[in-house]
Amino acid sequence: MADYSNADVLALKVDAKTVNQYKFVMSESSFRKILYLAAICVLILLVAIFFSLLLSSLPAIRHFGLGFLAGITWDPVKSEFGALPFLIGTLATSFLALILSLIFSLPISIFLGEYFRHGTASMFIKSMIELLAGIPSVIYGFCGLFLLTPVIRGLETKVGVSPYGVGIFTASLVLSIMIIPYSASIGREVISLVPSDLKEAALSLGATRFEVIRKVTLPYAYSGIFAGILLALGRALGETMAVTMVIGNSNFIPTNIFSPGNTLASVIANEFTEATGSLYLASLIELGLVLFIVTTIINVIGKIIIRRMGAGV
Amino acid sequence: MREFPIRRRILADKTFKIIIILLSFACILPMFFIIFFITSKGISAINWKFLTQLPKPVGETGGGILNAIIGTFILVIISILFSVPLGVFAGIFLSEYRKGRFVYFTRLSIEILQGIPSIVIGIIAYTWVVVPMGSFSALSGAVALGLMMLPVIVTATGETLKLIPDSLREASLALGVSYPRTIIKVILPAGLSGIVTGVLLSIARVAGETAPLLFTAFGSPFMNLNILKPVNSLPLMIFNYATSPYSEWHTLAWGASFVLVALVLGLNLLTKFLTRKWKVQF
Repeated sequence: MADYSNADVLALKVDAKTVNQYKFVMSESSFRKILYLAAICVLILLVAIFFSLLLSSLPAIRHFGLGFLAGITWDPVKSEFGALPFLIGTLATSFLALILSLIFSLPISIFLGEYFRHGTASMFIKSMIELLAGIPSVIYGFCGLFLLTPVIRGLETKVGVSPYGVGIFTASLVLSIMIIPYSASIGREVISLVPSDLKEAALSLGATRFEVIRKVTLPYAYSGIFAGILLALGRALGETMAVTMVIGNSNFIPTNIFSPGNTLASVIANEFTEATGSLYLASLIELGLVLFIVTTIINVIGKIIIRRMGAGV
Repeated sequence: MREFPIRRRILADKTFKIIIILLSFACILPMFFIIFFITSKGISAINWKFLTQLPKPVGETGGGILNAIIGTFILVIISILFSVPLGVFAGIFLSEYRKGRFVYFTRLSIEILQGIPSIVIGIIAYTWVVVPMGSFSALSGAVALGLMMLPVIVTATGETLKLIPDSLREASLALGVSYPRTIIKVILPAGLSGIVTGVLLSIARVAGETAPLLFTAFGSPFMNLNILKPVNSLPLMIFNYATSPYSEWHTLAWGASFVLVALVLGLNLLTKFLTRKWKVQF
């Protein structure tokens, strides 16, 4: 297509197309209706997603009630389904990953939002972070499985726990790398939004750059950084493939951070195609429903905080 | 506030800066490790036969990934057919209407859609397409991928069209051009670059997705062009081969990983290049 960036060309283009060329002339109101229809479609999609999850998991909800979330055994053979091992596995991997990723994402946010806002160094780090976000999750899982597990196995032998190599800790490590881009990019944005008069005032009082960051920038950007962490948490909770490949897939409550486990997402990925019987399938879909509700709540809270901050994420 | 001697404060300042720089560069390391291993292990697996043959059964050496490459393309193309029309129109809606409760809910629901875990999208496509049709199929996989592309396209379209100045629209309307044609012939072409990069980004996002395909496209070792039958895709193949116990399959998986990473990162770079060369400017 030609380059349409010039307004004159556009005007000519519109002028040249005569009215007769279009036999079907749409009225303004019907066009607006189409636009509304598209928006309504999006809303309906979301509502339909929620209700079809609810409907498909109804047999399990009816059979187990609220006890589903507290049940500690997941035994397809006896048709006994409890989600607690996976809830614990999910929370353990996600929070561990979050803490590990903060060690890197917070410095990156400060690096890009405060020290190097422009220039080659910031361009380099920024594009590397974008690449990190672009690598498919199955690749992370594959690399984790073949490169990280031997290392972890060595570590586990030293610590004195059974050396599986795969487990909660390995999964958290892989996850932490995967979620760095999410919290880092939002952190950068909110840190660069801190008004410069505040920082300049502190500098003029004789504060060093470090003191400005500690006493002015971070407190001001605190809620935005928190929102970034929330959105990264939403990512971590729902991450499937990388976790499935390195968590060890055991349906028991993990006893320590090195033991194998399962998350909500990974148990669905592992067992969905093998699920025989409607109760089994419904239980798996209910896990999906739980995952959907939790990530949605976390995402909405995160977005609301960011919108209050006025960042255009 | 306690008083510290100035030297100690300056020292703390310098140390902090160095730590920040070191940690920032340290997180690049895993990226390099991944790229290095994928390239070194993958590139030896890649040759013409690898790209043009079908996978072979366990025990036979050789075999390629042609069916997975073709499958990925089929899935992406069908999902574009689903998501681009709806996504572009919803994006126009968001740029044309910016206030009100309904608009707020539309925007919110797009953000929620974007945050839905990919495995849940897989369940949805399973209940919507696989169950009624009675079998795994490329079509159901494409529905899942389309659902994942939709929010990216809507956001990209909406944000780009918002950048186009009102003077352009007013000029067109003043010439007597009707509102629908102003949107389609003036506003949309002016924002075309943003929409195209949005679509490319969404393709990059879904081309590497495995989780929504596990129980929709399902994977198959054969070449399949029928969209109502199971189809293989690169990420699915990598997952199945990587978790298998056979070392020949691991080699295939490394090769497939290299192809996939090259594809996805290439798409990302292309988008970056396009946004820089061909951006919306007024």
